[in-house]
This record gives sequence, structure tokens and C-alpha cells, in this order.
Amino acid sequence: MTAVLASRGLGKRYRQRWALTDCTLSIPAGHVVGLVGPNGAGKTTLLNLTTGLLAPTTGTISVLGGMPAASPAQLAKVGFVAQDTPTYAGLSVADHLRLGAHMNPSWDADLARDRIDRLALDPAQRAGKLSGGQRAQLALTLAIAKRPELLILDEPIASLDPLARREFLRGLMEFTAECEVSVIMSSHLIADLERVCDYLIVLIASRVRIAGEVEDLLATHHLLTGPRRDPGAWPSGWQVISASHTDRQTTMLVRTGSPIDDPAWAVEQVGLEDLVLAYMSHATNSAPVLEVQR
Amino acid sequence: MIWLSWRQFRTQAIVAAAGLAVFAVLLAITGVNLAHLYNTSGLPGCHVHGDCAVQASNFHNQIQSEKIYNLVFFGGIALLFAVPALTGVFWGAPLITREIESGTFRLAWNQSATRTRWLAVKLAVIGLTAMAIAGLLSLMEGWWATPIDRAMALGTDTGEPVANLRIDPVVFGARGIAPIGYAALAFVLGVTAGVLLRRTMPAMATMLASFAFIQFASPTWVRPHLITPARSITALTASNVQGVVTGPNGSMTAFAGINNAGAWWILSNQIIDKAGHVFTGPAPQVCLSQTAPFQACQNALGRLHLRTLTTYQPISRFWTLQWYETGIFLALAAALAGFCFWWINRRRLA
Amino acid sequence: MIEFHLDSRSGVAPYLQIIQQVRQALRLGTLSVGDQLPTVKDVVAMLAINPNTVLKAYRELEYEGLAAARPGIGTFVTATLSDGSLAELGPLRRDLERWLAKARRAGLDDDSIEALYRDTFRAAAKEEAL
Repeated sequence: MTAVLASRGLGKRYRQRWALTDCTLSIPAGHVVGLVGPNGAGKTTLLNLTTGLLAPTTGTISVLGGMPAASPAQLAKVGFVAQDTPTYAGLSVADHLRLGAHMNPSWDADLARDRIDRLALDPAQRAGKLSGGQRAQLALTLAIAKRPELLILDEPIASLDPLARREFLRGLMEFTAECEVSVIMSSHLIADLERVCDYLIVLIASRVRIAGEVEDLLATHHLLTGPRRDPGAWPSGWQVISASHTDRQTTMLVRTGSPIDDPAWAVEQVGLEDLVLAYMSHATNSAPVLEVQR
Repeated sequence: MIWLSWRQFRTQAIVAAAGLAVFAVLLAITGVNLAHLYNTSGLPGCHVHGDCAVQASNFHNQIQSEKIYNLVFFGGIALLFAVPALTGVFWGAPLITREIESGTFRLAWNQSATRTRWLAVKLAVIGLTAMAIAGLLSLMEGWWATPIDRAMALGTDTGEPVANLRIDPVVFGARGIAPIGYAALAFVLGVTAGVLLRRTMPAMATMLASFAFIQFASPTWVRPHLITPARSITALTASNVQGVVTGPNGSMTAFAGINNAGAWWILSNQIIDKAGHVFTGPAPQVCLSQTAPFQACQNALGRLHLRTLTTYQPISRFWTLQWYETGIFLALAAALAGFCFWWINRRRLA
Repeated sequence: MIEFHLDSRSGVAPYLQIIQQVRQALRLGTLSVGDQLPTVKDVVAMLAINPNTVLKAYRELEYEGLAAARPGIGTFVTATLSDGSLAELGPLRRDLERWLAKARRAGLDDDSIEALYRDTFRAAAKEEAL
């Protein structure tokens, strides 16, 4: 099966700063992918590279088997909702739908009209007068109604109130239930992603720290609590993500595929939010990685 | 894509059309009167009577007495220079900067049309409209000013240099097809400034400054040499010296009338001596004197057997020059447009 | 039709919560054999969760023999949980009431009772799972 997004050594540099470094991913189709990371980590850069708004500095990227934005056919397969859900303030809701219809050969007018009706948006209302949540829903409708194979959303719910956020995710999930579509959604709010994502990519300081199916990640990460042990005293198969010690106790987040036999450890499941936070604190505490300029 | 271009351009197009309509009405009303004045003056048959110069002068005075004709004539010229600049500033510069500043380019460039197509259709729809408006304005103004042009042409039979002729720099750019070239270049210049600077105000200012420079540079340095100017040499006699300017150390320049038939655009007018060098002095003593009559200076100059060398473009070359100049402007516009296509495809905007 | 709800803070995976709620409904009689479970699209619209989560829950229920999918129509309940459990409800409830009275006499307030119950329940569940 073609990966929806396949990149090898992908990197993007702005003047002196590398916004994305050595990004190698292979995301399978049919998932709702959450792209998490702190602000400035490179999420928007990665998504812009995926839609073709940016060209890579190094490495390669292929989306649905093709080069991003290389042709009208490629553009038609990918739907994009940018940060702050831009819409034309002077155009009405109906005008936006006409825009979609005229510019996309694969436009599904019934789907668009149906969504607008269900969202109770007034077609004659100018987009500039809509609330933030309504604008986000309009932008999502435009991206959805062109029937893409891949939907990319850049922090679509960051500036919405909780109700609007829930409504947006509801609409998005209904669409994924109806059609075979993959979604890549970035956010710095993990709680919302937990409900909807089944694949996770953690991007911190321009690097991918971890990527995989949520189920798999949760099954292989464990929170261990036990008597104080020093580094080196644990099995080699363990990848320690974060560890904290008091004089008596050690608490660690460990990644391992094999079961944990040692009875001295109390093993707990870890939630997605705690998992990501552990990676984030690990990234800030560890020594900076030397970048190899190619 | 055509629908989107039109929908976003709708308001501006309507405003422009309304302005055009108002101007057309003004021209229609005054133009009819003007034509009537011409037909009832002695000019249509003046060759038969041999009094063209007098009739032209009368006609000229008649027009001057009613302020409206001056207003429309010079107002029309001003409008024809302003309109291309305005399309560059208000249609060209914001074309891309507006999309960048509001972020809507992320919406527009992720539908199923490539950026090239997006820009091509926008340039075509708006650019061709700008060119059409400029062309229409030129056509209307040209129709309106026909009586005045004819009167001036008739009035030059005696060899008097006359201002405000079509080939004169001030008027040249407001007639014929030149405004179409200006509109095209101004518009694309605006778009280019927007593409490079990405913010509306700086793009507008840069476009305006560079276009003003081009409009200054073209008649000053380019147009005179589009076709090799014609040269005319006449003897400088006492009777055709018109003016003398004396400088320190006895240097002087003189102005003479030329008796070539047909109207012209004078590029340079120099006094040369028998050997062909420019005559700069020494001035005859009588010309330096403050008290001697001008006639004495004229006589003195006449005895020096000097000649005048005039380089000029005759009015018969009006249309040729128009085609050359418009061609150059359109070529520049095309080159800039090509640059814009290349630039937005570089994928550095995000 | 049964309505699902999601407690995002319970620490229990969403698909498990759905399974639990179906089982609960079966026990209490709100769902019986032949009833249709909400479609994946309906559940997603209700809860705003990933459709794969619902699919996983329904597959699990099918595997346990509690439900069966009829392609193109929906997923239907095929069995109830052990019938004996209904008969046990009465005595179990009385036992529980007695225990609650004991806990109150020992001086536990509402939160302590709930904490004790949850803790014991989770520990027992882990024991069962091992």
C-alpha cells in the first residue's frame, strides 16, 4: 500500500536556522495522524512541505506516491486547512462553495451543501462576519468537499473555544467514517488528539522523536516505579525516555517491546499526554545534537 | 479560475467602468460642441483661401475663451497618464500581497489549480481589462481632440513651431496605442513589486517610483532614438535668429526658426560654424551690449555665415514611434510576467 | 438505541469503554438480542472519536460472541450475558447495601468509600488479567 507520506532525510533551512532536520517518515494510509510538538518545533514546516507550499532544502518527500503540488491531479488529491483557517473575508459562504466548485474538478456539491446546512451556516453571510468556529468549519468543508485522499490540517482548532473544537472534531470524524481518507492533523494540544488520532508523530526542536500507531506506542511505553537504581543497572532492551530519582525511589518512562519481568518494578500504563510530555522534557534536558551539514 | 478572478476583481472593475462611463459622457457632450465649432470656423476650407494660419489662430482663441475645452484636453492627458499608474498601484501591487497578508494564498493555491494557472488567469483577466480601459480612453480622447489636432496641423504651414502636438512628449503618451503599453507594464510592474516585497504599501510605493522613472526615462532617453532623428541644416541669417543667450567670457547660444514644412518634435537645435563644429562664441560685441537693439545683433550674426543644425522627429513618424514604444513596453511587461511565474513557483512562500 | 459516553480521564481506553457500556446495557436489559447497535458513523457523531476505535470495539464484541455485523445493514446483538446474572442482582444489591452501611459506621465519608471501592476494583481487575 502506498504510504500517504514518505520522507527520507527531509530538512528545511531558513537562512541560518534548520526548521526541520533529518525527517524520515513512512505513514500508512487509512489513519488519523496526530502531529504534536511545542510551538516552533517544525510542525507547520513539515505540513507546508507536504502540501508543496515549501520546497525541501535537503532530502526527499513524496505524498500519495507523487511530488507535492506537482500537478493539478496531485493537488486534487490533497485537501489543506492552514493555520487560522484562512477564508476570503469579502466572499460569502455560498461564494466559497462556488470557488471550490470552479476550481476543483472532483468537487462534491451535495456533500458541501449538506454540510453547510447541517452546520446551520447562512450561505449569504460573508466569511469575515463568521465566528472563528464557523470559519474553521467553512474551511474544513472546502477541503472535504473536493474529496481528497489526504486531508492536512495545521492547528485548525488552536484558537477555538471548547464547544467549537468538539464540533470541528465531530465533523471531521464523521467525514473519516464516511470516506476512505487519511488525515494528518497538527496540534500542540494533546488532549484533543487523544480522542481522534490512531497514529502519532512527536516533533520536537525540528526532529521527529517518535512516530507510530497509538496503540503500539501505548503498549510499549511503561511507567516504572521502584526502589532507587542507578543507570546501567537495567536491561539493555530498555529505552529510557525519562527518569527521575529521589534518594530512595526511581521513576522511569521506558520503551520496550518485551514484557517487564522484574517484580521490583511497579508497572503502569501511561497516557498519551504524559508520553508526549516525557519526550518533550527529555528533549530539552538532553545535550544538543550536533547537526551534520550535508 | 476565471470565475474566481472575476469575483475578486468585480468591485474594482465596476468602479473603473463607472469612471470610464462618466468620462465618456463628458467627452461626448463637449466633443460634439467642439466639432461643431471646428466645422463652422474657416478651417475646413482654409487651403482654398490661403488663410489657414489666421483661421487656426482664431479657432485657438475661441477654444481658450471657454475653460471647459482646456480642462478636458489637459485633464484627458493627465487621466491617460494617471490611469496606467493607478492600475499598477491598485490592481497590480495588491494582487499577490493581499493574498499573502491575509493568508488566503494557502487556500487559493491548494485547490486543484497550479500556481502558474492561478497567476496566468489573474494576469490575463485584470491585465487585459487594464489595457482595454487605457485603449478606450485613448480612443475617446483622440476622437475628441481631432478638431484641435487638425487645427494645429493646419496652423503650422507657415513654419511656426507649435506646442501640444501629438508627437510632443507631453501628448504622445496620451494618444494612440501607447497607453495600452503603459497600462500593461504598470500593472505587471505592480504585480512584480508585490511578489518581491510581499507587503502592500511598500509594493505600491516601489511600483509608483519605478513607473514614474520609466515614464520619465522613455521620452527623455529612449523615444528620441527609436528611429534615427532627421537632421536639417539651414543658414542662420539676420532674419531667422529668434533668440540669443550670452554667457560669461563671451560664449553664446542662439535659437533660430526653421522653415521645414510639417510639424515636428525638436530634439536639439544647435548653431554650427562653417566647419561643422558647434558655435559657442565669441559673441559679436554688439550682442553683449545691453543698449544695442536686437536687430544689430541679428545682423552681426548673419555676417558670420553660421548655420543651424536641427535634429527632430517629424510628425509623419508618429505611428511608427507609437508601435515601437508600445512594443517595447509590452515586451518588458511580458518579461516581468515571466519573472513572476518563475518566482512564485520557487516555493519559498509559506 | 443505546447512547455511549466517554470519560476521557478514566484512564480506560475508549474502545474498552464502549465494550463495557455495551456489556452493562446487556446486563441491565437495556439491550437485548436482535437490537441494533449504533452505526459507526452515529457513534463517531456522538463522541467525536476515531472510527477505528468504534470498529475495534465492535470487532471485539463480535469475537466475544455478543454481536454480529450484517454487511450493509449494521451490527446487531446476538447474545446476552449469562442469564443467571439477572437473578443474582437482587441479593448482590442487598449485600452491597449492607457493606455500605458498615463503611458508614466505620466513619468513611463518600469520597473515601468511592476511593476504596475503585482501588479494590482495579487491583482485582489486574489480578484477573494476569
